[in-house]
Amino acid sequence: MKAGTKFALGAILIVGSVGYLMASGIKQTGQYFLTPSELAQHVSADPSFYDLGLKVGARVVPGTVSKETATQTLRCHITDGTVNYAVVFKGLPPDTFTDSVEVVVEGRLQRDGVIHATNVLAKCGSRYEAVPKA
Amino acid sequence: MTLLGSLSLWLALLVGLWGAITGFVGGAQQRTDLQQSARHATFVLFGALLVAVISLEVAIFRHDFSVQYVASRTSRNLPTFYLWSALYSGQEGSLLFWAAVLSLFGAMTQLLTSRRHRAYLPYVAAVTSLVATFFVSVMLFAPANPFQRLPFTPLDGSGMNPQLQNPGMVFHPPMLYLGYISITIPFAFAVAALLTKKLDADWLVAVRKWTIVSWLFLSIGLLIGMWWAYVELGWGGYWAWDPVENAALLPWLVMTAFLHSVMIQEKRGMLKKWNLALVIGAWLLSIFGTFLTRSGVISSVHSFTQSPVGYFFLFFLLAAAVASIILYVNRLPLLEAEATLESVISREASFLFNNLLLIGIAFSVLWGTLFPILSEAVKGTKVTVGPPFFNQVNIPLGLALLAMTGVGPLIAWRRASIPNLRRQFAVPATTGVFVLLILLVAGMRDIGALMAFSIGGFVFGTVVQEFARGARARHRQYGEPIPVALVQLLSRNRRRYGGYIVHVAIVLLFVAFSGMAFKRETEATLRPGETATLQGPDGHQYSFTHLGISQYNALNRQVTAALLDVRRDGKAIGRLRTEKRQHVDALGNRTFEPSTEVGIMSGLRVDLYVVLAGLVNGTEQAVFRFTINPLVWWVWFGGFVLVIGGLIVLWPGGGAPPGTGPRPPRTQAGYVVKLEAER
Ligand code: HEM
Repeated sequence: MKAGTKFALGAILIVGSVGYLMASGIKQTGQYFLTPSELAQHVSADPSFYDLGLKVGARVVPGTVSKETATQTLRCHITDGTVNYAVVFKGLPPDTFTDSVEVVVEGRLQRDGVIHATNVLAKCGSRYEAVPKA
Repeated sequence: MTLLGSLSLWLALLVGLWGAITGFVGGAQQRTDLQQSARHATFVLFGALLVAVISLEVAIFRHDFSVQYVASRTSRNLPTFYLWSALYSGQEGSLLFWAAVLSLFGAMTQLLTSRRHRAYLPYVAAVTSLVATFFVSVMLFAPANPFQRLPFTPLDGSGMNPQLQNPGMVFHPPMLYLGYISITIPFAFAVAALLTKKLDADWLVAVRKWTIVSWLFLSIGLLIGMWWAYVELGWGGYWAWDPVENAALLPWLVMTAFLHSVMIQEKRGMLKKWNLALVIGAWLLSIFGTFLTRSGVISSVHSFTQSPVGYFFLFFLLAAAVASIILYVNRLPLLEAEATLESVISREASFLFNNLLLIGIAFSVLWGTLFPILSEAVKGTKVTVGPPFFNQVNIPLGLALLAMTGVGPLIAWRRASIPNLRRQFAVPATTGVFVLLILLVAGMRDIGALMAFSIGGFVFGTVVQEFARGARARHRQYGEPIPVALVQLLSRNRRRYGGYIVHVAIVLLFVAFSGMAFKRETEATLRPGETATLQGPDGHQYSFTHLGISQYNALNRQVTAALLDVRRDGKAIGRLRTEKRQHVDALGNRTFEPSTEVGIMSGLRVDLYVVLAGLVNGTEQAVFRFTINPLVWWVWFGGFVLVIGGLIVLWPGGGAPPGTGPRPPRTQAGYVVKLEAER
């Protein structure tokens, strides 16, 4: 075999593994990122969206945040203006998680209509206001 | 001051345009008067932007809150230290900082480039001026003018985000910017080489130093950013695969690839197309990174930015990409290789694999970062990928890269023979296997970590062997004592051995990263006197006793601090303190949300990391999160080694071209001689 051919084999191996790793990675770890309205549409069209791990981006409804430090539970409502969901999160929310802030809630929508979050992130505009994971 | 600042921005705009036009036209028509003019324009441009920077700093230090930027980013009670960093802690200021530093680099390039590369300079001046002009025009027209006045003068500014009030944030952005910005210089040389059609190895020589400079700044910026995230953000790690972090990693990966593939072109006249593509790609990625951090295109819940700045960047990015690609494709016929690959077991091939891996990693990071946008465009719903995706893809690729880091430097150019391979790999491979066995016996079972440690041992073995052989050769030849021989070896071949030291740093970093596989975490609600315990991955038991809460006021904040007594296996090892800070303005009104100060006790084996989550109903009963992070110290140490290695590579003089160390150059001696003679 010529050196060029052997090298091409090696290159194909590398490029192939990169492609394979990416494809399988997306398949296994990709999550829908929806607004509350989109989520409502999806669940009504296809109930398998209940209990599916996904992310919801929305705004916290002012006045609905209750942080209970003792049990480390956070409850709030999120909305995109049309659809509103209740959220329960156990754990430590980021400092910046408050009223009317933009948030990304990671979790599952249960049949009771409440999003049980495994992670909440508060999003801010600027790089420098980058916010930690909870 | 704001008038002066605005005026100097306008002046910068005009001068920058002038520099761009005279540079391109002067270069194309060989008119020395225009070329001189372009050169001078870079100096005036820097002068104008320097005046703008000084005006803004003066406004910040005078607390001139009639300036919107000053009012929205600082306050009277902001510590002086952070008044400096206020220059680049906001959108408008950082644009100014970018433009100013680029103009400084542009002017320096005109002054420092050696006579031999004069022919490129008019175009280089044109490109740097044009890019700086773009940034100035964003400030003026987006508009994102740092000198914008408010219709009234507030009594006090709204202060700086507490998360920015950290030493890491004073140095992290400028370092990253310096890295991003300095990539423009190699890019400018690449464009100049394409335009002048002088596409031999010469232009590479002209840009090599600049490439390493920007690679080094990017490395430092990334490392400080990791440190800041670790000590300030409080989620317990240093790398979250956040789009902004990825944006900085991308050009770093491409630059690293370039640093290696350049050696093939220098020595064998191969890979010319690839190298040019890498430089152009790295630069486009740096602009893309700036765009990403400014527009919020990925992270924002909204699909696109509210600020027009993002559109400016997108437009510039597309225009620059199209222009570079047209130019590049036009010159492809001039970029034929002068040699072909002779064997897969050769230095050339190993560099190619190194490049493929680095670019593969970069591609997957880019893809993952853009996936929400891509999937929305293609399928109509946003799908995101997070750290699990990036880890799943990059751990195997990273391990392969690590292995290549050991293999590459030991393989001869052109074609390696079997005895040669045996001689080179016997000791390092044994070292790797030995490390693996020890860890298996010690009970380590995590596959990723086992591989990282044993491959790391292998790579470390190769580097030690290289140093040992080199030193021994000098010892025999010149009778130098071994320590002297080592120092001589390093200073005579800075480029090569500096590169090896960087490789050692990469080993340290990989090993440290894999330590995170053994992270332990728990949360606890404790009354004073109560204790939480956590079994460390190092086999020790750590216990944390809540000693009590103190509350007091500091300069610009109200502090709630918790003190904890820490014991390892029952023996006291010190105290940890973690705080919640409520920042206030000069009148005592609350500003921003409370922020957390992490308590960290750092050790060679584990870091103890404590976060105060809050108090239960204002009592002294407090909620904590305890994390044990293994080997984090080694990330910082590895970073330090990386920077030292990079500085050695960069240090002037003493840099022999690759492969001309004590080992006799096996290859195209004529080429090496040609390079030497030109110096
Ligand atoms: C993330 C990984 C890596 C980093 C950060 C890195 C960094 C560096 C740096 C900064 C240099 C000095 C460059 C110069 O003098 O211009 C260098 C040299 C070198 N690197 Fe790497 N490298 C990495 C991976 C690799 C890999 C995978 C290979 C395998 C082919 C490799 C092979 C070499 C060789 C052969 C040299 C030149 C030594 C000499 O001059 O003889 N490196 N590296």
